[in-house]
Amino acid sequence: MPTYNLTINSQTHTVEVDADTPLLWVLRDHINLVGTKYGCGIGQCGSCTVHVEGNAVRSCMLQVSQVVGMNITTIEGLSVEGDHPVQKAWLEHDVPQCGYCQSGQIMTAAALLRNNPSPTDREIDAAMNGNICRCGTYVRIKEAIKTASKL
Amino acid sequence: MTKVKTQFNRRSFIKISAAAGGGMLIGFSWLTGCITDSKTETVEVPNEWFEINGYIKIGDTGMITIYSPNPEIGQNVKTSMPMIVAEELDVNWEHVIVEQAPLNTGFYQNQFAGGSLSIRLSWDALRMAGATGRRMLLEATAKEWNVPVSDLTAVQGVIKEKNGKRTITYGEIASKAVGIEIPEEVELKDLKDFKLIGTSKKNVDGKKIITGKPLFGLDFNREGMQLAMIQHPPAFGMKLKDFNEEEIKGMDGVTDAFIIDTTIESPDWSDEKGFLQLIAIVGDSTWQLMKAKKAIKANWEMVSELENSRMHVQKLEEAMETGEVQEKRVDGNPEDAFNKAAKVIERTYTSPFLPHNTMEPMNFFAHVTENSAELIGPTQTPEALEKSVSKLLNMPIENITVNMTRMGGGFGRRLYVHFGVEAAAISKRIGKPVKLIYTREDDMSQGTYRPAYQAKYKAGLDKNNNLIAFTVKGAGLPESPIFPDRFPAGAVDHYSAERVDGKTNITTGAWRAPRSHFTAGAEQSFLDEVAELAGKDPIDFRLELFDRATKNPVGEKHEYEAERYAGVLKLVKEKSNWGESKPGIYRGVSAYFCHSSYVAEVIDISIENGQPKVKKVWCAVDCGIVVNHDAAINMVQGGVIDGIGHAMYSELTFENGTPNETNFDRYQLMRHSQAPEEIEVFFVKNDIAPTGLGEPGLPPAIGALANALYKATGQRLTELPFGNQIRVKKLVG
Repeated sequence: MPTYNLTINSQTHTVEVDADTPLLWVLRDHINLVGTKYGCGIGQCGSCTVHVEGNAVRSCMLQVSQVVGMNITTIEGLSVEGDHPVQKAWLEHDVPQCGYCQSGQIMTAAALLRNNPSPTDREIDAAMNGNICRCGTYVRIKEAIKTASKL
Repeated sequence: MTKVKTQFNRRSFIKISAAAGGGMLIGFSWLTGCITDSKTETVEVPNEWFEINGYIKIGDTGMITIYSPNPEIGQNVKTSMPMIVAEELDVNWEHVIVEQAPLNTGFYQNQFAGGSLSIRLSWDALRMAGATGRRMLLEATAKEWNVPVSDLTAVQGVIKEKNGKRTITYGEIASKAVGIEIPEEVELKDLKDFKLIGTSKKNVDGKKIITGKPLFGLDFNREGMQLAMIQHPPAFGMKLKDFNEEEIKGMDGVTDAFIIDTTIESPDWSDEKGFLQLIAIVGDSTWQLMKAKKAIKANWEMVSELENSRMHVQKLEEAMETGEVQEKRVDGNPEDAFNKAAKVIERTYTSPFLPHNTMEPMNFFAHVTENSAELIGPTQTPEALEKSVSKLLNMPIENITVNMTRMGGGFGRRLYVHFGVEAAAISKRIGKPVKLIYTREDDMSQGTYRPAYQAKYKAGLDKNNNLIAFTVKGAGLPESPIFPDRFPAGAVDHYSAERVDGKTNITTGAWRAPRSHFTAGAEQSFLDEVAELAGKDPIDFRLELFDRATKNPVGEKHEYEAERYAGVLKLVKEKSNWGESKPGIYRGVSAYFCHSSYVAEVIDISIENGQPKVKKVWCAVDCGIVVNHDAAINMVQGGVIDGIGHAMYSELTFENGTPNETNFDRYQLMRHSQAPEEIEVFFVKNDIAPTGLGEPGLPPAIGALANALYKATGQRLTELPFGNQIRVKKLVG
């Protein structure tokens, strides 16, 4: 099996995996970063969202060989103390119910605010539409994104 | 204060304390994930812990651990159950950490998550657990100071002498409370003295969730653990014969491949039509297993008819016309009343099968050895799992442990235990610890689906537009959705309700607010139409019926309290300014009783770019005492979105016994842009012990949505999902 050097949360990790292994499973199975979740495996639910060079991407759709040399950030590396404005706002609004989709929601929201610090409702919808929350915390997620945009 | 007999005896406490020495504090670091965020900012980490009773452990610094007995599926009991204990123990919530208790049927009662019953069934036990702990700490102090207990008070973790100056903290006296006899009677607080219950406390796992810490079954890891996947038959009605075992075994990363059989006698929480013979593949990495799964070439045999969605419609129609009536309630003479009625209206409502689609697919960890079995993972029914594994392995219950992880959603899916049993079967075969993982496709195509339903409603009005006759007959594949003793039973002179069961080989089960979500949608849409036919306001029309059920009820019994039902309707009427009209805004109302709670909802929609958009939802809820206010609001908001989302967009269709929708590219769940813009939730304030909350917010949303859509489009929508009838566009990733 080929070997890959990956830069994840500012640390270098060396993994030996099949070349077509999705980044999602490299993170979860080989580096034990399990905050990035598996939901559908086909890029439809957003649970596996990470940042690659600051952009929100679906880690289930990216093969490990495609992300060599790129800066990858997972939920574990979004902030050192869990105090990124989006994380703080999530706590303030007590957003989660089951919590499973929330790391993906947070990663998408953080990338949105980085590119657009004061999004409108419509822009929030457009950016977040790819992240499913089965428990239905959508109203709180939107409120939290608005709060985070002011932090 | 109220004096009550405790349900505990000395023996049960000793049993749990013994377990706490080894079994309860699981000896591996991962399950620290089941302990909530530390409170080191407010209280120091203890050097020593003291078990007070099976629910409470107190550290020498005053840090308190409260065990949460029930499974956490997102209904937030891991916060609200310990809040009830902390209230009666009378401690500062900031000093409390929470630990998920393991399954312990000898001590805890009702360790399951289902039927919106967690708080309702454990309210007294949790209060007594806290009050018992408080009493033991008081007695220990009284002994220490040589004063009667009646001279002491305990407030917020500090015991004081009423007429003296001495004080001592729970942390300081905890070691002495360990040997105190469990009191036979304890005093519970007066409701008016509650300090914690009724306030808003944040999710105890909040910080862990937003930082991506391992919490869920799928995140579980154990040294030496293997991963496994299963392959089930491609269609309901098919059974596995054999597969290309050698080829699969030879694939990269695959350590073993074989057939498992999970047949057991009279299984609990299991649809007996489920796939019991499965291909199992074991390996080191999820991705390699997924690739191996795709390479499976199996021979299947047909064991029963391969059903499709058109057949399901026919089966429901046949059941309605010729099926045997299983249960029937009749008040008065509906047939005669319809003949005399001035106006008669009849409508038929239908709904498809639905998968649960928890965001975390089914999974479970199992480690089976010759004489022990350890199970860890997401289950709503740990006791049923333990029993099933005991039967599968022919192993005594005492040799089996079950620990519950936080669950990435339940909605009824994880009441069914087959995936835990499958994990045990695989572990037994390979003799190693294993974590079984379902793909989304496995999860969606091997479900215990919400049954498909059909129901026919008929109503008759006299010349003064009074409702004189009401009948309903409903069939389901396989179970009828009808509740004969629910509203409007008791409110109509001539009434009948009939239940007919149908037949299918599709596996089905409980889906959040089972049967209620369908009957609420159908009945509340129908009543809206009946009110219109009567020329009455839909809320006034319902209130007239509740008035009748209150003052002069018809028949021997009905399940609901008409005054409380009317109460939520009146509250939602007031909060939503019912009667006011805004240009471009269309309103619908609905009310429903289930899980012992009452919820009324008003939904405002507009039409934007030809698509309906929910602008605002008002909810009035009577669920008795609310434990955790903001979390309760979250739960109701989620129920509303769940109800609206599935009513608008979701359906599972079948062709040749196979579900057509097996992932989120074809199956639509509600997405951000389709969610209501605002949901306001109001609770009726009363002193009634808490009733259900996880489910009751969902059912009324469907009727209120249908009624608002009627106002907006002029269409009475009778077939779920409504999106198929109003041609909304599908939205995917």
